[in-house]
Amino acid sequence: MKRIRIDEKYCMGCRLCEVHCIVQHSKTKNILKTYMGEYPKPAPRILVEEKGYITFALQCRHCEDAPCLDACMTGAMYRDKETGAVLCNEDKCVGCWMCIMVCPFGVISRSSDKKIASKCDLCMGEDIPVCVKNCPNEALKYEDSKD
Amino acid sequence: MAKRPTPTEFIVERDKDKCIACQVCVRMCSNDVHIYDADTNTVTSDNSRCVGCHFCETLCPTDAITIKKNESCFKPNANWSASVISDITKQAETGGVILTGMGCDKPYTIYWDHILLNASQVTNPSIDPLREPMELRRYIGRKPDKIELNYNKGKVELKTKLEKQLKLEVPIMFSAMSYGSISLNTCISLAKASHELGIFYNTGEGGLHKSLYKYGKNTIIQIASGRFGVHPEYLKTGAAIEIKIGQGAKPGIGGHLPGEKVSKEVSEARMIPEGTDAISPAPHHDIYSIEDLRQLIYALKEATDYEKPVGVKIAAVHNVVPIASGIARAGADYIAIDGMRGGTGAAPKVIRDNVGIPIEFAIAAVDARLREEGIRTNVSLIAAGGFRSSGDVIKAIALGADAVYIATSALIALGCSQCQKCYTGKCNWGIATQDPYLTKRLNPEIGVQRLKNLIKAWSLEIKDMLGGMGINSIDSLCGNRTHLRGIGLSDRELKILGIKSAGEPQ
Amino acid sequence: MKTLKTEYLIIGNSAAGVACIEGIRKVDKTGSIAVISDENIFNYSRPLISYFLAGKVKKRAMPFRDKKFYSRNNVKLVLGNTAEKLDTKKRIAYLSHGEKVVFNKLLIATGGSPIIPEIKGSRLDGVFAFTKFGDAVAIKDYIKKHYIKHAVVIGGGLIGLKAVEALIELGIKVSIVELADRILSTTFDTKASGIIQDALRKAGCNIFTKNTVAEILSKGEDKKVTSVTLKTRKQVPADLVITAIGVSPNIQLVKNTSISINRGILVDEAMQTNVKDIYAAGDVCEKNIPIWPNAFKQGRIAGENMASGNAEYTGSIAMNSVELCGIPTISIGKTSLEQDKYEILEMRKKEESIYKKIVLENNHIVGCIFVGDIERAGIYTGLIINRVDISNIKDKLLEEDFGVLALPEKYRKHLVGDVGLEV
Repeated sequence: MKRIRIDEKYCMGCRLCEVHCIVQHSKTKNILKTYMGEYPKPAPRILVEEKGYITFALQCRHCEDAPCLDACMTGAMYRDKETGAVLCNEDKCVGCWMCIMVCPFGVISRSSDKKIASKCDLCMGEDIPVCVKNCPNEALKYEDSKD
Repeated sequence: MAKRPTPTEFIVERDKDKCIACQVCVRMCSNDVHIYDADTNTVTSDNSRCVGCHFCETLCPTDAITIKKNESCFKPNANWSASVISDITKQAETGGVILTGMGCDKPYTIYWDHILLNASQVTNPSIDPLREPMELRRYIGRKPDKIELNYNKGKVELKTKLEKQLKLEVPIMFSAMSYGSISLNTCISLAKASHELGIFYNTGEGGLHKSLYKYGKNTIIQIASGRFGVHPEYLKTGAAIEIKIGQGAKPGIGGHLPGEKVSKEVSEARMIPEGTDAISPAPHHDIYSIEDLRQLIYALKEATDYEKPVGVKIAAVHNVVPIASGIARAGADYIAIDGMRGGTGAAPKVIRDNVGIPIEFAIAAVDARLREEGIRTNVSLIAAGGFRSSGDVIKAIALGADAVYIATSALIALGCSQCQKCYTGKCNWGIATQDPYLTKRLNPEIGVQRLKNLIKAWSLEIKDMLGGMGINSIDSLCGNRTHLRGIGLSDRELKILGIKSAGEPQ
Repeated sequence: MKTLKTEYLIIGNSAAGVACIEGIRKVDKTGSIAVISDENIFNYSRPLISYFLAGKVKKRAMPFRDKKFYSRNNVKLVLGNTAEKLDTKKRIAYLSHGEKVVFNKLLIATGGSPIIPEIKGSRLDGVFAFTKFGDAVAIKDYIKKHYIKHAVVIGGGLIGLKAVEALIELGIKVSIVELADRILSTTFDTKASGIIQDALRKAGCNIFTKNTVAEILSKGEDKKVTSVTLKTRKQVPADLVITAIGVSPNIQLVKNTSISINRGILVDEAMQTNVKDIYAAGDVCEKNIPIWPNAFKQGRIAGENMASGNAEYTGSIAMNSVELCGIPTISIGKTSLEQDKYEILEMRKKEESIYKKIVLENNHIVGCIFVGDIERAGIYTGLIINRVDISNIKDKLLEEDFGVLALPEKYRKHLVGDVGLEV
């Protein structure tokens, strides 16, 4: 089961991961069109935290024991059988924000345009998530978890 | 008078159609060149602050940024160039010495570019390194004048006891850069790459950070005039010991690491109080003669049970030849000679650009003299100072070097763009800085890979060139100047280099 | 009489019941499971009924597990049937249609029943509770059939307000009658309640606090509700009345059995009742905080333990997340305590309707309120649940960029599994 590992030692805080995450979840998936033509443009599903020189990019950890799965009253939040990723079915989500309430990492947010929860989907369909692919310092890695 | 503004060296050209105001450049520039205006959601640039390190250009996700040279500064003048005017202005304002970083950038002749290599045709076949073994391994250290063998029941054994040698898988090492002048992540990259490549890196006068001890077998530890970080464990950990007398970028002067760069970790490695200036004196105060040097060499050998080669590093200066001869006679196992294009973390610009001689002359002249005196095998020669390519390396070996030290090219492999602002401590690439916000930018995992790639690529090229000359071992090329020819050089220069002119047959 | 034999019997098919299936199957892949539900829909999410009423969610989107969930997990689903009697010794449940179910292990997850106020007129047409899908369907039909202009919602708690929101969405003018001095008095403090009250009033609601409905009225012989009379004698027009004054555990089934009850069924940490192999989970339990995540978690733990797992329910805190009039709100734990032993941190941005409050006790967070800005609220929930000492980060808790980075390093490490943050 592949997960994104965050190495805060090498996160420069450039936030390119956020930029590419926004583009990946935009309508056109084209960086210029996303930024120049989409209103509102999607909110990033990865969040760079920064305090002094410590920075790291945080996105859904796809927890083994995911509180959001228990809390989701619509069944929108589900675990993908193949990848083990915790995903949100946008058609089912009604925006009750129970998941936001229970996520200990605070990595689920309200979508910028629709009343649905927005979270990392590991860029389903891509070989590696775009944040990992575009991290200039390999502070994000897509690795098999040990279990 | 009106204060003249510092001339702007670079122009940050921002393609407005492409800039998405993502502010990556704003966040990443340690010189605060880029400014975000939230009201207009636009990013602009303060050109005067740009040092031309290209970090923003590298990261910009839409390629909206191009760093260009500012052409319109002053009226073109061969004598009173923009940099001369800028330096005079700065000095008129501050009354201080102009500092700079990295190696001499003046257009002195680069002799490597005036030396051509030979290749085999018809009479001696060339070798294809893909099909036949090719030996790049070198041993650094004193070689015996002769060897005696024991024949024992058909088995041949070496009777002569060999001096300790450094075994190099490739005749290239990373030369001295201290922890303090460069970041720990850079040190780790160099150390780990050396370990994986089977070569050596050099601590400079920075002592040894605790995380670097595990790479001891691939470490040359340096002892310089400040004696920073020297203690028994330090001596025992390294594979060889190098006494640093001089540095090519600043022959005759010492070093100065400003207190701001002496972080807790740096202070521990150097064994000096945190935040204090680390001043390496110009001379070693206990070395005023070859005899004094001999004493230190043997003191160090004694301290390490004669188990480690002890070398001496000097800057290439006018008298390099007799000095090198003296060092050989003082008992050094190797002499490292640093030419005037060698780099530095900080040096007075006037010294960097005006003192010393090119490594090409130094290595050729020293090699020739040691041969004449019959002591060439007593000592290994390491050439340093501005090696840019495998071509430079192989030419240096043919001129007489046993191996070369590279540093600037290693840093370029790690991202350095030669902006020459190492002394500011604001290196955007995380190399010449101790600022924890910046040092993170060099991920040693990536660094190691890039250094390994560079050495691997140069090795392949060296093998190709060797094969072309019909040689299958780097040993056979060492000092073999018949494989070199000069082009565009005076007779005098050819003579010093000990090579014939292009067009002259064997 | 038809007899069904099953290893596991689950009575109730909402959060706890479904989670119990998942819990059992985590441990036991094969043991037979039967689920009894008194409703006719194969499964649906109770909290969604307000969305259904507002027309935001269609009937087909009501289930929180798909139809195949039951077959995939090899579950026999008995719908529209009620367990009426329980023989805890023989381990038999008697169903309303005459069948009996012999079980080995039992989960009672019958949930709660709405409390209907004992006032005159509470049986009139147009008076509804609002806890089940059937309620929502009935209200929807009633609205469709009759021209509804005014509605009265009795109870200004979460269920009531979700009904209010749906009715506003349908263009109905709503009056809220609340016994306490403000709406949402159990989940919010005065300030947070105030923000929501203001927003509701702006949306056209009448709010009557410190008040109750004395009588529900109709015109003449007509059974249809037309208005209500408040305790204060005020007459409020009402073509529709929704009662939402609370729920009580649905313990009809276990009354007169050996299972210990008080207000609800008493259970231990394994969610087992005093009778071995009989478990209870969700709103039917004593001292349970009736929210979805709790019911779900309890159901799963009960399931695991029924299948001889070893899970423990370590308690829960009150938590609610609801968006009202476009203002997202979250409240966690103890929120409206004013005593000295609690330290209060507050942040208020009036113009943006943003209000945040953190309640501390001995340098531990015990409660939070977020109104208007709920981003990253879960981090605080984590700090409450894991009893993290926050003395060193107290000043950072309400900072704009508060996040995982500000957390004590030890706790950050605790948060991370093997693939995670390197700290």
